Amino acid sequence: MKCIVTGGNVKALGKAIHSLARVGDEIYVEPLQEGLSMRTVSASRSAYASFLFAPLFFQNYQPTESGYDPDSEAFRCKVHMKSFLAVFRSLPSLEKTVEKCLLSLNPHASRFRVQLHCKYGVVKTHDLPFQECESLQADFDTSQCAHALRAPPRLLADAVVHFPLALAEVTLVASPAGKVSLRSYLEGDTEVTRTMVTELGLNEDEFQTFHIKQEAQITFCLKEFRGLLSFAESSNLSLNIYFDTPGRPAIFTLDDAVLQVHLVLATLEEPESCSSQMTSCTPKPLAPAYDFTGDDIDDYMIAMETTCGGPAGTEPLPSPTFPMGPTSSEAQEPDSDHEGTVPGTPPQKRVRIKGLPQTNYRHEVKNVALPICCFVVLLGTCKMI
Amino acid sequence: MRFRGKLVDVACLNHFTRVVNTITKLAKTCTLRFTVDKIYFILNDKVANGGVSMWCELNQENFFDEFQMEGVAAEDNEIYLELTSENFSRALKTAQNAKAVKVKLTNKQCPCLTVAVELPSLSSSSRIVTHDIPVGIIPRKLWNDFREPSVPDFDVSIYLPVMKTMKSVVDRMKNLSNSIVIEANQKGEMNLKIETDLVSVATHFKDLGNPPWVPEHASQNSTEKRHPETMAEARIDIKRLLQLLAGQQVNPAKALCNILNKRIVHFILLHEDFSLQYFIPALT
Repeated sequence: MKCIVTGGNVKALGKAIHSLARVGDEIYVEPLQEGLSMRTVSASRSAYASFLFAPLFFQNYQPTESGYDPDSEAFRCKVHMKSFLAVFRSLPSLEKTVEKCLLSLNPHASRFRVQLHCKYGVVKTHDLPFQECESLQADFDTSQCAHALRAPPRLLADAVVHFPLALAEVTLVASPAGKVSLRSYLEGDTEVTRTMVTELGLNEDEFQTFHIKQEAQITFCLKEFRGLLSFAESSNLSLNIYFDTPGRPAIFTLDDAVLQVHLVLATLEEPESCSSQMTSCTPKPLAPAYDFTGDDIDDYMIAMETTCGGPAGTEPLPSPTFPMGPTSSEAQEPDSDHEGTVPGTPPQKRVRIKGLPQTNYRHEVKNVALPICCFVVLLGTCKMI
Repeated sequence: MRFRGKLVDVACLNHFTRVVNTITKLAKTCTLRFTVDKIYFILNDKVANGGVSMWCELNQENFFDEFQMEGVAAEDNEIYLELTSENFSRALKTAQNAKAVKVKLTNKQCPCLTVAVELPSLSSSSRIVTHDIPVGIIPRKLWNDFREPSVPDFDVSIYLPVMKTMKSVVDRMKNLSNSIVIEANQKGEMNLKIETDLVSVATHFKDLGNPPWVPEHASQNSTEKRHPETMAEARIDIKRLLQLLAGQQVNPAKALCNILNKRIVHFILLHEDFSLQYFIPALT
């Protein structure tokens, strides 16, 4: 495989690597006839990302060696994300200095070579060690998702910026009435009395496509989503979001003439009771919009007496300093290892892959349910330089 | 107990954000006190904080367009809340180009200070972001813990040099020592010194001026008795001082410091609509 990337596409390639790096530790490179594919999957198999750069993306694209049997399968490999990312580490300097980037994969030479041709004739050559591997493919189908949204990247980027960087997951609630809201998701064990909850409402008319059949709510990881958003923003591509019931994967796609991007994220599976528990955390998911306009003083009245000991302190309300409701005891319950979820227990922190026998990624993943993906990942023989 | 305030003017909002950011740099958690015409941010003297305390007071009408509050009772028309200051500044950070910001006390899962931000959007209706900051309601019997600290009977009172200059000096000294000696006299001279086994560094400031204090304190007698050139000094934790110098974003109209020899250093940052006092105890 040999390909040459020039001009602004070098930066796009760099950005793509950065956003892949948010997902997994290894990057699967596969030169196909329809373009160069770069994919990755998170260690816990809860996120999968794929970038397909069409031949037109490149100034020159040769998926196979000349004289190589065209019928044989293309050679594919995986490279350590860290070493690949190091090549494209600084995007501003990439943009300023690099004129041409040459990627070549020669199975006989046992190296994946990335050459950056910079200004003043400087050539930086990186030889990356790789492992031969099978194709990585997540099994997903956007047409099976009940709900779809399409939005300009700016809208979503402006929306997630309001959430703290430390926040792991966000809940997206969409209703057929034309409201979409994003809300910080608090894990079962977080202290409600310490953590700030942020919620943001968006209107139907800010979206380019709005297909919501019924009230839907999914919870997914922000980190990977932020990575994709920053790519979408830099290349100014509208983002499609396909999703279904909680627990089913959410699929984020970007489409362009020379580029196809997919990000598949696990969404949190919520047993009935948990979703009700969650809604009880923030009783009115779409309330703030009304809250804001409603200036009635009763709206923000806080019915609490703080005097201790006085005759006024006889109100039967719980002590305001420790306002944890009955849910707190549930939240502190140790994780259940049983398959069947007892109503009221926090979401299972264990990840299951359908199609694979009871793989337990318990220690690798935090609070993620699994997409219905079947990964066929078989490692070939290790081939290092 | 009710509280609701609305900020509309961008300049007021930015100013308020800068005040809250400054507080966040100084105190991880603080006490927020609302009275009919003022808002206070209070950090009281706790040994765990190194004995540092803070008192910041603002006139609500200089910031808020609307301000309604109802205290615990008619005779105690005040509200005392405890909150993580970082949450507050984070919530205000997202309100940079807001059309309006409402701050109100709500009762969600727990008592919350809700910051509702109205942002401009491309569509006809504006975008609303709400941040629910959990707060603790401080009961009346504990209110006494949050009294305004009395101004100590200081030996010397002096205007500070430009805070930026002072910051860059102290910033460099920080690498050499953990404590710094501040000394000043009534002739407008102030020295910042560090002394270690290996090195002694001193920076001298002069012609700073001494604020004229109305002789209401008994201290005045003692200062008058002092020779104006006699230095009063205190050795304090350099990190605490730097916290104030680096953390302040308010660019005060006046900044001064009072030194009680070997006991405490009291900083006062004054602005037309707000004041911040910061007390750093001397190390023994």
